[in-house]
Amino acid sequence: MKVKREIFTNELDRKVFLGQVTEFFVTLLKVAILVGVSYVIISPIIGMIVSSIASTEDIYNPMMFILPENPSLEKYSLAALRLDYVKTMGRDLLYTITLTIIQLLVCSMVGYGFARFNFRFKNLLFACVVIMIVIPPHTIMLPLYMTFKNFDLFGLIPSINMMSTVKPVYIMTALGCGVRSGLYIYIFNQFFRGLPKEIEEAAFVDGAGVWYTYFRIMLVNAMPSVITVTVFSLVWQFNDVFYANLFLISEDVVISKKIGSLAAVIANQDKILNVKIQEQYVNAGIILILLPIVMIYLLLQKQFMEGAERSGIVG
Amino acid sequence: MAEGAEKKVKKKATLLQRRDRKGYLFILPWLVGFIVFYVRSIIQTIQFSFNTLTMDAGVGGYALSWAGLENYRYAFTVHPTFKQILTTSVMDMVIDVPLIIFFSLFMAMLLNKEFKGRGLVRAIFFLPVLMNAGAITAALDLSATMMNGGVSGEVAETAGAASDAVAFSLDYLIDMFVSIGIPAKLLDYMVSAVERINDIIRASGVQIVIFIAALQSIPSSLYEVAKIEGATTYETFWKVTFPMVMPHIITNVVYTIVDSYSTSDVVELASSTAFTNFNYGLSAVFSLVSAVVTCAILVVVVNFIQKRTFYYT
Repeated sequence: MKVKREIFTNELDRKVFLGQVTEFFVTLLKVAILVGVSYVIISPIIGMIVSSIASTEDIYNPMMFILPENPSLEKYSLAALRLDYVKTMGRDLLYTITLTIIQLLVCSMVGYGFARFNFRFKNLLFACVVIMIVIPPHTIMLPLYMTFKNFDLFGLIPSINMMSTVKPVYIMTALGCGVRSGLYIYIFNQFFRGLPKEIEEAAFVDGAGVWYTYFRIMLVNAMPSVITVTVFSLVWQFNDVFYANLFLISEDVVISKKIGSLAAVIANQDKILNVKIQEQYVNAGIILILLPIVMIYLLLQKQFMEGAERSGIVG
Repeated sequence: MAEGAEKKVKKKATLLQRRDRKGYLFILPWLVGFIVFYVRSIIQTIQFSFNTLTMDAGVGGYALSWAGLENYRYAFTVHPTFKQILTTSVMDMVIDVPLIIFFSLFMAMLLNKEFKGRGLVRAIFFLPVLMNAGAITAALDLSATMMNGGVSGEVAETAGAASDAVAFSLDYLIDMFVSIGIPAKLLDYMVSAVERINDIIRASGVQIVIFIAALQSIPSSLYEVAKIEGATTYETFWKVTFPMVMPHIITNVVYTIVDSYSTSDVVELASSTAFTNFNYGLSAVFSLVSAVVTCAILVVVVNFIQKRTFYYT
C-alpha cells in the first residue's frame, strides 16, 4: 500500500516536470516564430532607415552593416525639399481626412439603413453591396474615366472635364462608391444589426425621429466600428494610387504618387546620377511619407484592436 | 393598377411600415452611386468589349464601331501573352489563398494570447497594411534584397566577396526531403511557400486583424467545457476554435481573393492596354474575362467552404 502510493506521487511529479519542460519549449517556439516573422516584416524598414541616414562614404564601405559610421540627416533635408514635404503632406492629409469623414458619414448611414429598416428588395440591394466588394474597380476603370472626362450629369449640364482634379474621388465617395466603400458599408451593417433594438424603441417612445435617433444615438454607440473604419479608410485612402492615377490627380495632392518620380527629380535638379545615392534619397522620402500615417495608427491602435473585436468586421 | 396597389398599401401602412419606408432615404446616396458608377459602368464595359473604340480627342468623346466577337477572338488566339498572364495570375491566387489563410489564422492564435509587448507585435503585423502603396512596395523590395546581403551587399559582391560561402544552401535540404520520400509536388508547393514568405506576410495584415477579432468573440465557456471534458490542446483547436472561426474564414477567403486579383498582372495588363496602347475594346475584354474567372473561383470556393461551415447561433 505504502509503496504504491510512493510510485503514484513520483509519477505525478514526473508528469508535472515533463509538462513544464514541454511548456517551456512550446513557449520558446512561439517566441521564435513571433520574433522571426516580425523581423521579416521590419527588416526592409530597418534597411531603409539605415540607408537613408548613411552618408555617401558609408554606402561604399563594405564593413558597414546596420550602424553607419557617419550618420547624417542630409538626405532627409533634400528629399523634403524636393517633395515640397510640408505643403504636399498638408494637402494630402487634408484630402485623406476629408474623404475619410465623408466615408464614415455615408457608409454608416447606408449600413444603418440596411440594418434597421425592412424595405422592399432589401436583400437584393444588399447583394449589390456584396457585388461592389467583390468586383474590383479595375474592371470598370474605363467607363469611370470616361464618365468623369465628360461629366455632364446625364446630359443635364454642359459637360465638364474633371480630369486632374480631386472632384471625381469626392463625388464617388459621397455617393458611397469610394475606395472600398462596400466593405465599410458591410462592417457598419453587421455592427448595427448586433445592437439591441430596445435603444431605438426607447428613443422612439421619447419622440425622437429616425434621423435624430441615427445621429445622436446609434452613431454614438457605433464607436468601435467608427474607429475600425476610420483606420482602414485613412490607410487605404492615403495609399491609394489607383484612383489617383485613373483620374490623373496631381502629384501635389497625392504624395504617394510623388515618391515615384523623386529619383528622377533628384537626378534632374541636383545632378545626382549615381543610382545608389538616388536610392538613399528615395528611402528618406518614403520614411517621411510613412511618418504621419504610422503616427495616426499608433494613436488609434489600442481602440482599433479592441474595436475590431466588437465591430461588425466579424460576421 | 400599380398605383392603386400602392394606395392600398399606404392606407394600410402601420407606424412601423411608414418608418421602414424612410430606410430608402438612408441608402439613397449609395443607391444612386451604385447605379451611376457600377451598373452603368459594367454595362458600358460589356458594350466596349464588342466594339472597336476610337477616342475623339477634339470633342473629348468617343466613337464605337461594332466589331462583334473580334476582340475576344484576338485576345484568345492572337494576343501573345494574355492567356499566359491570366493562367499565372489564377495559379498564384490558388496557391496563395490557402497559405495566407492558414498563416494568418496561426499568427492570430499566437497574437491572441496575453503576453508582454503584445501591442507592439500587433502593431508590427499591421505595418504591411500601412505601407502597401505601389511605389513604397517597390522600394521595400529593393531594401529587402539589400538587407539579405547587408546594406552594402551589392558593393561587396562586385568587390569579389564570396557571399555564397555564408549563404545557406537550400538545395541540400530539398534533396534530403526528396530522399525521405515526400511527394515532389507537395515539396514544390512547400518550397514555393517558403520562397514567397515575404509576399504572404505582407498580404496577411488585414486577415490577421479579422481572425484576432474572431477568436476574441468565441465564448470562453466553450473552452471551459472542453477543458473539463479533458480535451487536449490539439483537440480543442479542431473541435472548438476551428469550427468557431469557420464563418470568418469565408470572409477572409473572399477578401484575399479580391485583394490578390486587384494586384495581379492581368489587371496590370488590362490597364496598360487601355492607357498606353489605347486599345479600349481589348482592355475591356481582358477586364471582363478576368473578372468573370475570379467571380467563378469565388463562388466555387465560398460554396465549398459554406457547406462545411458550422454556424453557432
